[in-house]
Amino acid sequence: MLNTFMVYVENKPGVLTRVASLFRRRAFNIDSLTVGRTEKPEVSRMTITVDADRDQARRIEANLYKLVNVLLVENITNQPAIIRDLALIRVAATHDARSHVLELASVFRARVVDVSAESLTIEITGAEDKIDGLLEVLRPYGVLEMVRTGIVAMRRGSKSAASTTESTAQAAANDDVSYSV
Amino acid sequence: MTDQKTTPAISKTKTVTMTGASILWECLEREGVKHVFGYPGGAILPAYDALKHSKIHHVLVRHEQGATHMADGFARASGQVGVAVATSGPGATNMVTGIATAMLDSIPIVCITGQVGSKLIGSDAFQETDITGVTLPITKHNYLVTHASEVARTIREAFYVAGSGRPGPVLVDITKDAQQGSCEFDWEAAKPQLPGYRPDLSPAPQEYEQALALIHNSKRPVILAGHGIIISGAMREVRDFAERAGIPVALTLLGLGALPASHPLNLGMMGMHGEAWVNHTIQEADLLLAFGMRFDDRVTGTLKTYAPNAKKIHIEIDPAEINKNVKVDVPLVGDLREVLLELLPHVESIDRSEWLDHIDKLKGASAVRDIQNLPDSGHLYAAHVINDLWHQTRDGNTIVVTDVGQHQMWEAQYYKHEHPRTLITSGGLGTMGFALPAAIGAKVACPEAEVWVVVGDGGFQMTMCELATLVQENLKIHIAIINNGFLGMVRQWQEFFYERNYQATPLLNPDFARLAEAYGIRSATVSKRSEVVPTVQAARAHEGPMLINFKVEQEDTVYPMVAAGAALHDMIRRPSPIVETADDK
Repeated sequence: MLNTFMVYVENKPGVLTRVASLFRRRAFNIDSLTVGRTEKPEVSRMTITVDADRDQARRIEANLYKLVNVLLVENITNQPAIIRDLALIRVAATHDARSHVLELASVFRARVVDVSAESLTIEITGAEDKIDGLLEVLRPYGVLEMVRTGIVAMRRGSKSAASTTESTAQAAANDDVSYSV
Repeated sequence: MTDQKTTPAISKTKTVTMTGASILWECLEREGVKHVFGYPGGAILPAYDALKHSKIHHVLVRHEQGATHMADGFARASGQVGVAVATSGPGATNMVTGIATAMLDSIPIVCITGQVGSKLIGSDAFQETDITGVTLPITKHNYLVTHASEVARTIREAFYVAGSGRPGPVLVDITKDAQQGSCEFDWEAAKPQLPGYRPDLSPAPQEYEQALALIHNSKRPVILAGHGIIISGAMREVRDFAERAGIPVALTLLGLGALPASHPLNLGMMGMHGEAWVNHTIQEADLLLAFGMRFDDRVTGTLKTYAPNAKKIHIEIDPAEINKNVKVDVPLVGDLREVLLELLPHVESIDRSEWLDHIDKLKGASAVRDIQNLPDSGHLYAAHVINDLWHQTRDGNTIVVTDVGQHQMWEAQYYKHEHPRTLITSGGLGTMGFALPAAIGAKVACPEAEVWVVVGDGGFQMTMCELATLVQENLKIHIAIINNGFLGMVRQWQEFFYERNYQATPLLNPDFARLAEAYGIRSATVSKRSEVVPTVQAARAHEGPMLINFKVEQEDTVYPMVAAGAALHDMIRRPSPIVETADDK
């Protein structure tokens, strides 16, 4: 099953390589990995999705913690979370098809961000299945180019991840193995 | 280490301007380092230039792999962090095997490498290698230092990371301009800043209760004693635990010495070449207590049939080891000694004499197959050499350093280690060429100890250039070459699994005795059992090092053997005719 991890790391050179190398070395296949700045300049945040069973997911978490630059790991797979992917989709849309494509885009609350004689470029943000849905209905018109960012995720509720360090430790303690973080 | 640091120029409050190179040695001294093992070269020359102002003793090696194995042997013998130094490019890449060796066996070493100037990085400059990239998966952590101001903190962090938690190698790559550049040096201000590093984990209270319940309900428990006992310094606690609960102890290769071999509850070594009764005990157990070991494939055999009726308690400092190979019932993640101290007051004394008697019977059935009980055939067997060496040196303060292969397994079987850190051997990586340099490191760490290298004729030739280091450092180390003219363990696998197709395993060897003489090392060649003891005695009496070339039976085999992928109880035993001979006696 697909597991989603939020990983807080020190904002230092080479940390992305260390994380990526860990997944390669332990033979876990990354489905998606995004990394970017956070509210703290010294901290970067990764959202990583990996196909792993429950036990593998626990070992991924433990191995991530072994990296000296990793600050906090949360497996949010079974927690209420906001998960967003962003896609740019260039669709073949000559004047006949143009109005249909625009209509579909508005149904999906996507935005047109570029127009040319033969194509429209649509920007869509949302959960992955929503983007998959739009892609599906656009395909008959001809998808000329498409790029996706991979997902970013945040837990729902008022608690920030940084303030939930203790509850994470508690959750880990209730799992098959415990380690205080 | 701090008491003798009274250098007037550096007080606690005032800072002084120093070069990165001088800061490097100053920080090493403050970390308690007295010896480093290294080899100079262009990119590390500024550091070597500053060495003349340092009290640190530099051991000049003959190959950088030797430097890492020496640092490793130093760490294994002393429990302190070992230090190796090399230049950029080939100097650094030569360290890779030694770093990987330390990584797999959780050995704390710090490797310092020179790097080309920071402005040249990425330009494929002369002797430039991305050594932090190369060593990323085989170090616990590594650093690239590009400015003198980063040297102090990085060295402090490197020592802390290498030696704490589950120990391991840390590499610090320092650019030439970072060594040459100057900055204010302030030891106090250069404290480690490792917000994500948490080596101090501890189990939850309910996990202790679960573990105790399993222990008290068990009728056939066995302790699996690993290297973690020695790293954690939990020898006393393990012994107390085993005695109080009446639980027998099986040891891993790296666990040998964690409990005295003569202790009545010590069963001996488990695994691929473990004693048969030990492996049978594990397979018949109803509870395994894994103490600081990681269920390596060399100790479990196939996992499908491993200890099928046993519950498992795993006490381990590294959470990533839990459920990695063997699914356990109760994990206790933390420092072994601290966890055992927590458990000990609650462990009930239980009579397990029925179980122990059963194990004794298994043991008795195996003894007849022991080569020591066979009549003298006139041949010299490696087991004889090891056994005689043990008898001669058992009363002393002896460290045996082995290489990898058949002789290593015979050492583990026939040399009975009473104390921790008296067997130094490459377990996880199985690095041939480890023994001689590691022994030099061990002797530097423990000059009062009697150090014996037990090495095969193949592995010895991988790093025998370090004989010159041994002589240059005037170290009294004895070298016992177990010379069978083969890459013996590979030959054994060819014998069992490749229809005796001895491809590339017969060795053409130099005359090792004359080779030693060329270095000014006394030597002897032994091919009869009767000569073993007098020659060992002569070596011990000699004031300098001595090399003994033991020409042993060529096609001897290590028994028992669990074939790769076979069940732990499914062992290849010494062929029955020999057993019958022994039984007939």
